[in-house]
Amino acid sequence: MRKHTLVALMQDRPGVLTRAVSMFRRRGFNIESLAVGHTETPGVSRMTLVVESETVEQVVKQLYRLIEVLKVSDVTFDPTVEREMALVKVHATSTTRSEIVSLAQIFDAKIVDVGTSSLIVEMTGAPGKVENFLEVIRPFGIKEMMRTGRIAMVRGSRTHQASDYIDVEENGHIAAALN
Amino acid sequence: MAEKMTGAQIMCEALVREGVEVMFGMPGGAIMPFYYAMYDYRDKLRHILCRHEQGAGHAAEGYARVTGTVGVCVATSGPGATNLVTPIADAWMDSTPIVAITGQVSSAVIGKDAFQETDITGITMPVTKHSYLVKNIEELPTVFKEAFYIASTGRPGPVLIDITKDAQQARTVPNWDVKITLPGYKPTLQGNRKQIMTAVKLLAEAKKPLIMAGNGIIMADATEELRSFAERTGIPVITTLHGIGAFPEDHPLSIGMPGMHGWVHVNRAIQECDVLFNIGARFDDRVTGKVSTFAPNARIIHVDIDPSEIGKNVKTEVPIVGDARMVLMAMLEEMPQRDTTEWMHKIREMQSHHQHRQQYLVREAGTEDILMPHDVYAALTRIMNERGKYRVATDVGQHQMWAAQLIDWYRPRTHITSGGAGTMGFALPAALGAAVACPDETIWVIVGDGGFQMTNQELATIVQEGITNIKVAIVNNGYLGMVRQWQELFEDRRYSHTLLTGPDFAQLARAYGVCGITVEQRGEVEAAIEAAYAHNGPVVIDFRVEREVNVFPMVPQGKSIGDMLTEQPEPTATA
Ligand SMILES: Cc1ncc(C[n+]2csc(CCOP(=O)(O)OP(=O)(O)O)c2C)c(N)n1
Ligand SMILES: [Mg+2]
Repeated sequence: MRKHTLVALMQDRPGVLTRAVSMFRRRGFNIESLAVGHTETPGVSRMTLVVESETVEQVVKQLYRLIEVLKVSDVTFDPTVEREMALVKVHATSTTRSEIVSLAQIFDAKIVDVGTSSLIVEMTGAPGKVENFLEVIRPFGIKEMMRTGRIAMVRGSRTHQASDYIDVEENGHIAAALN
Repeated sequence: MAEKMTGAQIMCEALVREGVEVMFGMPGGAIMPFYYAMYDYRDKLRHILCRHEQGAGHAAEGYARVTGTVGVCVATSGPGATNLVTPIADAWMDSTPIVAITGQVSSAVIGKDAFQETDITGITMPVTKHSYLVKNIEELPTVFKEAFYIASTGRPGPVLIDITKDAQQARTVPNWDVKITLPGYKPTLQGNRKQIMTAVKLLAEAKKPLIMAGNGIIMADATEELRSFAERTGIPVITTLHGIGAFPEDHPLSIGMPGMHGWVHVNRAIQECDVLFNIGARFDDRVTGKVSTFAPNARIIHVDIDPSEIGKNVKTEVPIVGDARMVLMAMLEEMPQRDTTEWMHKIREMQSHHQHRQQYLVREAGTEDILMPHDVYAALTRIMNERGKYRVATDVGQHQMWAAQLIDWYRPRTHITSGGAGTMGFALPAALGAAVACPDETIWVIVGDGGFQMTNQELATIVQEGITNIKVAIVNNGYLGMVRQWQELFEDRRYSHTLLTGPDFAQLARAYGVCGITVEQRGEVEAAIEAAYAHNGPVVIDFRVEREVNVFPMVPQGKSIGDMLTEQPEPTATA
């Protein structure tokens, strides 16, 4: 079954994230991945979520019921750049260290911390690639790991810009007043 | 001119500007500044002191349901606010426009478990259309304007405004020059042209079309348009529990209520129809029964102002997002006249075969004198129609289903009940709100002995406010009747905690200063109802009806609406 990737733009008002997340929970939507952050426009947040396909239509419609939600797009079938990030603390001895480093190089991952018995690797990439990297690194012994949710952006000139849906300046004033 | 006002004064002023005339509530610490200011507004804003915040909330709902405008309720923080949760949830389920105003502890102590602090915006988040926590006085004019706009437009619903005590006490020169900027909230009113044409074509070509009218018709004030549409096309109309009043039941095209306690011929018509045109109903499970077997032959057209309702429960071929009235008007222009005589004839035949209401009037020999619940409804419907100008608030249980089945409903906004949430205790306070809104009409309350005991304290409110146009009919069976019915039919008569003793309701009424009447004989029913009309004040009639009567027909939960129980099943040998 195909997973769907949704991109939602929402006004950054108190409680909006809680509202969205509480709605997912009570409607029993299975959200596989969720990432939220600021956008090019002050006072507008952007959410990327990955959901099961049978519920995708209801997820979109229920999101639209939230007053702050400006736009929800299903980008599953668009050409996109999708990224996830993982920080992994790997068990590393003097004998395995160089092997881990060279594996990281192959995956374009960065070594961001070196300890006596461990390394922290920062892996950023398409979701499948992050998965593959974790696969090859796992046998060395993962001590700690933190993965982010997926973020996505459609390639080319098509945009999901907040300014298409709101008066940017006004929204900025309101957002500033609320903070 | 540019005089400073307190936040509380701004709240009062904002309510006046929104056209609010009455609100229902109870004061307490965190909302006291608002009540202080209200004192100066007593000529413009009527406040009705309820005996419990739940009552205030349902009263606001009742007011909203009969007027079509926003009902307002007020409570203090903590327990005051949590007492509003049930009516807020009720309004959410039934799309009733209310604004709930709650006081909150001062912003300095929020989050510190201060006295009577409760995160009411958090608690109500899943059951509000929107909510605000206001800590800054400057936001008040905008927040009130937005709240009323959101509550009353699109698919209506409850909006909560939680205001900290310090924001109520602060002073500022209010800026009333606010415009609503809600870029994420733009309800679609006009239906999509292409879908409308598809719907018209489907209906024009259908052999057995059916209209299902829901609350959306009433909320959009589309009853005239529905009538024209039905008459133009000859398509029969079924009205859901909340669609009652959307189409007059004495109209030749009205066939009645569908669903769990709907009529057999109506559910059969749904199962047989080839096009089902649902306007403003949401395919609740009490209507559809087992969804996979619902309307198996029908191509479905669904008009709803809320896109998320379309396709949620039932697969829909033609979705039309829009306001019921506007969509009907657009369709009416395109709709050809057509002939449905044969189909109508078939439905009426099914109806006569399944006896419809008549079955309730059949009395076995030797039982003629027993006071059956149906005797109450028969007398009530006759006398109410004779007197005219009535509305009825019903509670939740058997008496509610009998009211929906057995009373003749003609006008929108005359049947006020808790449908989606099924909240016992709804009827009396909702009637209070309706009575305040319609002082020239008689508001009947039909309530069970169980539900009455949940909110009967509002009788005191009714007396204190000098409200005279509320008459209460308690259908007293000494049981939590609807639950007992399920226990009888599906749980081997294990009457686990459904036997209910109550006080002598007539005496209880008298203790409140309300006229109380007890009826135990069949022959006393009409006289009691006439006496209730004759008495210039609230009346409670305790109808002590036959105790173990069941509501039929019935679709057992989770079963297909094609399989209705139409009468008492034979007792099983083991029972
Ligand atoms: C607040 C609340 N609690 C419990 C229920 C479950 N319930 C549904 S009907 C019913 C029985 C109602 O009894 P009564 O008010 O006497 O009405 P009757 O069915 O006997 O007419 C109960 C307990 C409910 N709907 N609402
Ligand atoms: Mg009862």
